[in-house]
Amino acid sequence: MTTRRLANTSTRTSPTWLSAMTVLLGFAVINGGAALLGLWQSYWWLLIVGQFVLLTVLVDVFQKQLNIQQRQRFERILAWGFPVLLLLIAEVIVRAGILSATWFPPPSRVAVALWDLTVTYDRFNQTSLLGRPWLAVSAFNEGGFNAVGELFRESHVLATLGRVFIGFAIGMLPGLIIGIVMGLNKTVRTMLDGTLSALYVLPKIAIFPLLMLMFPDPFGEGPKVAVVAISAFFLVAISTAAGVRDIDSIYLEAAHNFGARGLKLFWHVIIPAALPIIFAGLRLALGTALIVIVAVEFIRAQVGVGFVIYYYWQILAVDKMYAGLITVMALGALLTYGLQWLETKVMPWQHK
Amino acid sequence: MNPKIVASNVGKCFDTARGTVDALVDVSLEVAEGEFVCIVGPSGCGKSTFLRMIAGLSEVSSGTLTITRDDQQSPTKSSKPLTSVVFQEYAIFPWKTVLHNVAFGLEMRGVGKRERLETANVWLNRVGLSKFADYYPSQLSGGMKQRVAIARALANDPDVLLMDEPLGALDAQTKAVLQEELLNLWEANRKTVVYITHSIEEAILLGDRVIVMTAHPGTLKTTFEIDIPRPRSLATTRTKDFNELAEAVWDALKDEVHKVAA
Repeated sequence: MTTRRLANTSTRTSPTWLSAMTVLLGFAVINGGAALLGLWQSYWWLLIVGQFVLLTVLVDVFQKQLNIQQRQRFERILAWGFPVLLLLIAEVIVRAGILSATWFPPPSRVAVALWDLTVTYDRFNQTSLLGRPWLAVSAFNEGGFNAVGELFRESHVLATLGRVFIGFAIGMLPGLIIGIVMGLNKTVRTMLDGTLSALYVLPKIAIFPLLMLMFPDPFGEGPKVAVVAISAFFLVAISTAAGVRDIDSIYLEAAHNFGARGLKLFWHVIIPAALPIIFAGLRLALGTALIVIVAVEFIRAQVGVGFVIYYYWQILAVDKMYAGLITVMALGALLTYGLQWLETKVMPWQHK
Repeated sequence: MNPKIVASNVGKCFDTARGTVDALVDVSLEVAEGEFVCIVGPSGCGKSTFLRMIAGLSEVSSGTLTITRDDQQSPTKSSKPLTSVVFQEYAIFPWKTVLHNVAFGLEMRGVGKRERLETANVWLNRVGLSKFADYYPSQLSGGMKQRVAIARALANDPDVLLMDEPLGALDAQTKAVLQEELLNLWEANRKTVVYITHSIEEAILLGDRVIVMTAHPGTLKTTFEIDIPRPRSLATTRTKDFNELAEAVWDALKDEVHKVAA
C-alpha cells in the first residue's frame, strides 16, 4: 500500500504564549492608562466591557491547552467561578464609591442581611424567612404538630411556596384536561381558541381585586391561590393543546394500524407524544406562577417573599430588600431544577 | 390459490381548495395468498395512497377493495390483525423501548404481558437486536430503527404485511444488508406482502411480481412476473436475467418518471 502525499504539509505551532502575553499587556494598558488619565470614574462601564473581552480571550487560550478531562473540570470551575468574580467586582465597585451603596449594597452586606433574615424572628411582623426549622423539635415536644405548624406559618418562603404549589396544582389539572380535549377535537378547539387567547394575555394581577371580592376572606389565602391557579391554567391549557395537536401524524397512523383505540391510544401514544411540549408549558407556568405570587404579595400579604421585598423597601432597609430578591431567585432556580428532575423521571427516553 | 387482496376499479380523489383531484384511478389488482407484490412508480403517483387504503388508514373513494381473513370466524378484539404496516419514516415510538415497541401490537390486542414480551423477544432475536431490547429508539442507527419497525409488524402476525418504502431513508450499504435480511425473513414465513419502493432493483430482488404505476393520476401500467428462483440473495442482482428484467422495468417506468420530472 502506498500513501500519497496530497500537499506540502507543515507543522503548525500555536503561538499560545504570544497571545497570552498580548492579552496580559492589554490588561496592563487598559487599567494603567485608565488609572493615570482618571477615566475610571466616568468610563467604568466601557472599561469593564473591555476587560471582559480580554478575560474571555485569555480563558479561551488557556482552555485550548487542556486535555479533555481537564477541560471538563475547568468548565465547571468557570461556570461557578465567573458569577463569583462578578460578585467580587460588584463589591469592589461599590466599596470604591463608583456605585452608590445606598441603592446597590455590596454583596457582602446583602449576604449578612440574608443571614440575619434567616436566623432572626421579626417580632413586629411575627415572621421569619424559613420558619426557624431548628426550633421544630422543641416545638413538637411542647405542643405537637400544631406547634410545628404554627412555627412554619411564620415562614415567608414556605408561605410563597405553598401558594405556588397549591395554586399550580389547582390550575394545572383543568388546564391539562381542556388542553388535551382542544388538541384532540377540532370543534372544541375552534370554539375555545379565540377566547382562551384573549384571556391568556390579560395580566392576571389585574383581576386580583375582583378575586378578593369573590372570597369570603378577601385578605386570606383564597384569592392568592386562585390568582396563581388562573395564571397556570391558561399557560398549561394552551401549551398542552399545541402539544397534542402537533403530534406527528405518523405515530397516530401507526398506533391506529396496530389497533390502539380509546384509552390505550391515549395513554400509550397521545400523552407520551405530547409530553415534551406539555412539560415546556409547565415550566413556563411555574415561572409565571412565581412572578404573579410575588406581585400579589407586594399588594396584599402579611407573609411571603414578595412581602419581604416590599416591606424592607418601605422601611428603606435596602440590604434586606436585596436579600428578598436573592430569595426569589433561589426559589425560581430551585423550582426549575425540580421540574427538570421530574422530566428526567417521567420522560426517560428524552435523556438517554 | 385464493386471492388474498382483491381491488377492483379502486379510485381515490382528494378535496382541495381548487376542487377535487384524482390521485388514483381504476386500480384493479389481485394479490394471491403468500405472494410478494412490489409496486414501483414515480413520486406522487399514489402508490403510498393505495397502500394506506389497503391498511384501512385512508378511505376508498370509488370501486371496491376486499381482503379475505385467514381466520374465517368473525373477528374479535384479540384476533390476528388484517394488516400491519412498516412505514417509510421511522414510525416506531420514541417513548417506548425497543422491546415494548415490538410488543406494541400484541399489547393493544390485549395479549398477556409474559406472552407478548416472549414473542417480542423472539422477533428481536430474528432481526438481530436482542442486545438492544432495553434501548430507546433515539439510541439506535437508522437501519436498527427500521429493523425494529419490521419486527413490530411481524410480531403482530398480520394476514397481510404492508411495507411503504421501508428502506427508503437508509444509506446504500445498510439498505443492501436489510434487503437480504428481508429476503431471509420472508422466505422463512411467506406472508402476503405488498411492498412499495422507488428502487427497481429492490422490487425485482424481493418480489414475485413487480407492478409499474403511471404518473399522476396513478393507475397500474405494466406487470412483470419475476420468475427468478428462490432463495435469492444480493448475488442475484448480478445475474443476466436480473439485469434484463431491470432494464425492461425501467423502460416501462422511465416515461412516467419523465412526466413528473418535466
